[in-house]
Amino acid sequence: MRRALFLIALLAGAGAVLADSNLPPAPYADVQLPDPHKEAEAKALMETLRCLVCQGQSIADSNAEMAGDMRSLVRERIAKGEAPEAIRAYLVRRYGDWVSYTPPLDGSTAFLWAAPALLLLVGGVFAGGSIRRRRR
Amino acid sequence: MNRQATLFWLPLAIFIGLATSFLLRLHRPESSNIESRLIGATVPDFALPAATAGVQGLSSADLKGQGPHLVNFFASWCVPCVSEAPVLKRMAADGIPIVGIAIRDRPEAVATFLGRFGNPYQRIGSDQQARIQIDFGSSGVPETFVVDGKGVIRLQIIGPIGSQHMPDIRAALAAK
Repeated sequence: MRRALFLIALLAGAGAVLADSNLPPAPYADVQLPDPHKEAEAKALMETLRCLVCQGQSIADSNAEMAGDMRSLVRERIAKGEAPEAIRAYLVRRYGDWVSYTPPLDGSTAFLWAAPALLLLVGGVFAGGSIRRRRR
Repeated sequence: MNRQATLFWLPLAIFIGLATSFLLRLHRPESSNIESRLIGATVPDFALPAATAGVQGLSSADLKGQGPHLVNFFASWCVPCVSEAPVLKRMAADGIPIVGIAIRDRPEAVATFLGRFGNPYQRIGSDQQARIQIDFGSSGVPETFVVDGKGVIRLQIIGPIGSQHMPDIRAALAAK
């Protein structure tokens, strides 16, 4: 029992160790928009924006404070009627394509987009050759 | 026969090639710093209230037409900010104009921080929802931007500022 209390006390102190502010989250960080259609739009966008501090997660999934601030930014802008792609463009302008989970088609990503078709083609050629040889 | 032998060893060769490149990447991981894309762009428009009693707030107008500035994003709850405080103090003493933006901070916490580690700032704006931080393309604290006299962002330093950054900062401050 005493040990459990000690552990709880330790956990209670852990907040100070994490580098987070003591301010409450931004208004729409964890609050849905009243309009379900707009909320769905915001949610879809948040799932394709990358968190800046916890770099493997989307801002929809992350508990980081910065992700909360970005969720609130997305919801507030959607509520004002801004298009999701305009909000993405605003963030990409500041952080680069890095912040978006939908990579654009350009010189550095061309191979990425072409790879499935290329691999299918190469596989098809190999398979075709092998089938023809076996038939003979 | 020769062609078949090549085909036989090809998968192994590809595997070894891939494994080597993965191993090399593991030993030299990509930098996790996300640099702002706004270097060379004018500072975004903003007007922030004073972060605590006795200091002036900060707006984008303060950064235009009044000589170059260092814009330092910091927070009282940010541990590395403590380590850069003496460096900023020395720079302010050397006559480099520094303004601060306190991220997600309370006035009394900012006052305590300044009381303990000194106040190198000419002005300190309070950015309670990191909105202006996002507007600058900054992703954490501490970060420092050099803004020239026309209000154009010239340099970004991610993480605590140190003497190793001084040549870059001086060059950016002197740039016309």
